[in-house]
Amino acid sequence: MFWISSAHAEKLMPTAATDIAHQVDNLYSFLLISSFIACAILIGGMIFFAQKYKRRSVHAKSAYITHNVFLEFLWSFIPLVIFLAVFAWGWLIFHDMRKMPTDALEIHVRGKQWAWEAEYKSGVKTANLIKVPINKDVKLIMTSTDVLHSFYVPSFRIKQDVIPGRYTSLWFNANKFGEYHIFCTEYCGTQHSGMLGKLHVVSQEEYDQWLEEESKFSTLPLAQKGEKLFQIKACSGCHSVADKSVKAGPTLYQKFGTEEEFVDGSKLTINEEYLRESILNPNAKIVKGFAGGVMPTFQGQLSEDELAAIIEYLKTTK
Amino acid sequence: MASSTQHGSGSEVNYINEFKGIGSWFTSLDHKRIGLLYMCSIFFFFLLGGIFALLIRLELFKPGAQLFTPDQYNQIMTYHGAIMVFMVIVPGIPAILGNFFLPLQIGAKDVAFPRLNLASWYIFMAGALIAMSTLFLGKVDTGWTFYTPYSIKTGTAATVMVLAAFVMGMSSILTGLNFIVTTHKLRAPGMTMHRIPLFVWSLYSTAILQVLATPVLAITLLLLAVERTTGVGIFDPKLGGDPVLFQHFFWFYSHPAVYIMILPAMGIVSETIAAFSRKTIFGYTAIAYSSLGIAAVSFFVWGHHMFVSGQSEIAGVVFSFLTMLVGVPTAIKMFNWLATLYKGNISFEAPMLYALGFLFLFAIGGVTGIMLAVMATDVHFHDTYFVVAHFHYVMVGGTLMAIMGGMYYWFPKMFGKMYNEGLARLTFLFIFIGFNVTFFPQFILGAMGMPRRYFDYIPAYHSLNAISTMGSWLIAIGFFLGLYVFVQGIRKGPKASQNPWGAKTLEWQTSSPPPHFNFDVEPTVNAGPYEYK
Repeated sequence: MFWISSAHAEKLMPTAATDIAHQVDNLYSFLLISSFIACAILIGGMIFFAQKYKRRSVHAKSAYITHNVFLEFLWSFIPLVIFLAVFAWGWLIFHDMRKMPTDALEIHVRGKQWAWEAEYKSGVKTANLIKVPINKDVKLIMTSTDVLHSFYVPSFRIKQDVIPGRYTSLWFNANKFGEYHIFCTEYCGTQHSGMLGKLHVVSQEEYDQWLEEESKFSTLPLAQKGEKLFQIKACSGCHSVADKSVKAGPTLYQKFGTEEEFVDGSKLTINEEYLRESILNPNAKIVKGFAGGVMPTFQGQLSEDELAAIIEYLKTTK
Repeated sequence: MASSTQHGSGSEVNYINEFKGIGSWFTSLDHKRIGLLYMCSIFFFFLLGGIFALLIRLELFKPGAQLFTPDQYNQIMTYHGAIMVFMVIVPGIPAILGNFFLPLQIGAKDVAFPRLNLASWYIFMAGALIAMSTLFLGKVDTGWTFYTPYSIKTGTAATVMVLAAFVMGMSSILTGLNFIVTTHKLRAPGMTMHRIPLFVWSLYSTAILQVLATPVLAITLLLLAVERTTGVGIFDPKLGGDPVLFQHFFWFYSHPAVYIMILPAMGIVSETIAAFSRKTIFGYTAIAYSSLGIAAVSFFVWGHHMFVSGQSEIAGVVFSFLTMLVGVPTAIKMFNWLATLYKGNISFEAPMLYALGFLFLFAIGGVTGIMLAVMATDVHFHDTYFVVAHFHYVMVGGTLMAIMGGMYYWFPKMFGKMYNEGLARLTFLFIFIGFNVTFFPQFILGAMGMPRRYFDYIPAYHSLNAISTMGSWLIAIGFFLGLYVFVQGIRKGPKASQNPWGAKTLEWQTSSPPPHFNFDVEPTVNAGPYEYK
């Protein structure tokens, strides 16, 4: 009975990528089936009676039935038993969700308007990306720097509010490689729906390698760090740096210190402040020959260090 | 018509034509007229909240920005929620139909405190005006729940909105108080507590909730306003406060408020199902006491809104368990209504269609409520569209369907005219089908993980959102048609008889519309309310 609905659930729910997610799905399947039966009885019964006892004459007599103790006992008792059963089942799984593993990979997560920051024990920091090894207990220790947020990974069926002024935690053990969505599910203002992250489940080797590269990365000279960020943040998709070719956005090759003309006719010599503004608020000044509203803002997605690194890098392309 | 008697029964003089002029309405102490005052204001607010709803759905028609900026969208969803909750669904049934029919159903001349009754309308309107003033004073973007610390930090007019909800809460308390005293003190001779109609029972249970729960909301909102204006640290962690405390306070009111919204709807359904089945209600006592049971237990389930808020596991367990208990009386009511249909003599005028539609939608709203009460599944569904779909099935599929059904059911009594039956049935079709098209896909969206209060979403959620938006247009057509049926019925409807449905409750024993003091002769009661023998 379960596998039929599980097959359906696959289509209607995000891929289940942890053990607990599978347990939740089993419980959900049970709830769906019993709900379907309950609705079939109630709605089906209603339609059946409505058909069968349709009024044929205003003067026809209806039965005079005030109550029936046995029936009333049945339809109080049976729902109660089912409710208590699913309550207990739900508790068991919930208990597992809340029982923190002792020997877990711990990652600090900070929610802020409107990005997820993660910090690993080695000091590696990421924005909107959490990379973890497969089949490993991972514990997230979370807090917020401003308002309430809620950390939600649909594929893991886990969610936890992230609260300023205290820690909350969450754990998982992913058993499927892949890139999963991180959503914020507690309303947090303007960009609430843009507060998206990726949870990347990779092999232990890939994880170790990534972590090492990232650790080195933090000690790289600024310009080299910027060069990497330029790739990671996909800036290079729209801005050329090796020659003057024009992609979706203006080239940044040999641009620093030169004069730029904007659509409103004004001119400005490209300096650090201009680059910063263009990264954080791309529509403030539109370069002549280009349309506004194309580039997304990187507000909240780059730390100050990262901004500085990118700007230093752009100085070296000249 | 030549033979019509001018001086015969005296039924030509009624509460509508006895006094003339607009002033006579704004100063009237007649519970029926006050009911109509509420009706006009609440219909207007419903229109407003409905427009905001349509705008939300338009924005979500496609991923990406459509019509609004994220800030505008957040304001629209806040106004939709706040208007619909505080100005439509909470006051809706008690203030309109309760005011009008509670005294009539128990054979009273009026409510116990007519002046207080009129005052509560003025207080409600004052609160509503304050709420609307925020539209010009910087708007509000906190969501109707005002969660801290966002509601403390936001630059918008949250303080004013919170005060508006505070004032409207006052009105709700006064109405509740009035109903409790009226039910206890003004019943006609022979009208024992076990002979009062189930609509009165439901209003009575609701009134208890209004009187006991609303003050908690009032205090909470006041604390929030104090924190915003003076910077005393209550909920903001930066000032040493606790943001989760707000949630406990807020849901301590707002969960019982869910039952303030649904219990009267259940009362209407009991009335209409009995009347249109021409059959005594099955399990009168069970339905009456399950209303009280729901009211009592509903005070102790607020934490089921907070399974992932950071509250302890043991608290979650207690709240989940108690929520299961509150599910039982609800299930009992559903089965009782079903059993009432058995061997009935059923006809399908618009009020009955709405009652059956209620059963259909409430069944779905109920079982999905259980899915949300189970902790493990709630963790996945919490704050996703699954929750949005669930509470719309209960609040719109339940309460609004019941308001529509109740309005049609009592229309002949309220206005002395008949509405157009064919068109009224058509409104049901539009609203019922449109409702399912709009909200059923949202269950799937929620299961797929789409969070609520989202201005934008990932492309995977597109098609279901598009379907949902198209459904909202069907609902809109249904309600506009309903408004037309209403106005047309009042202006040009044929005269209604005293008891067009052949119902047994007391309000049908007086003329349509009733005279100023309801009954020409005080009725004496010697049987239950649904004696269809």
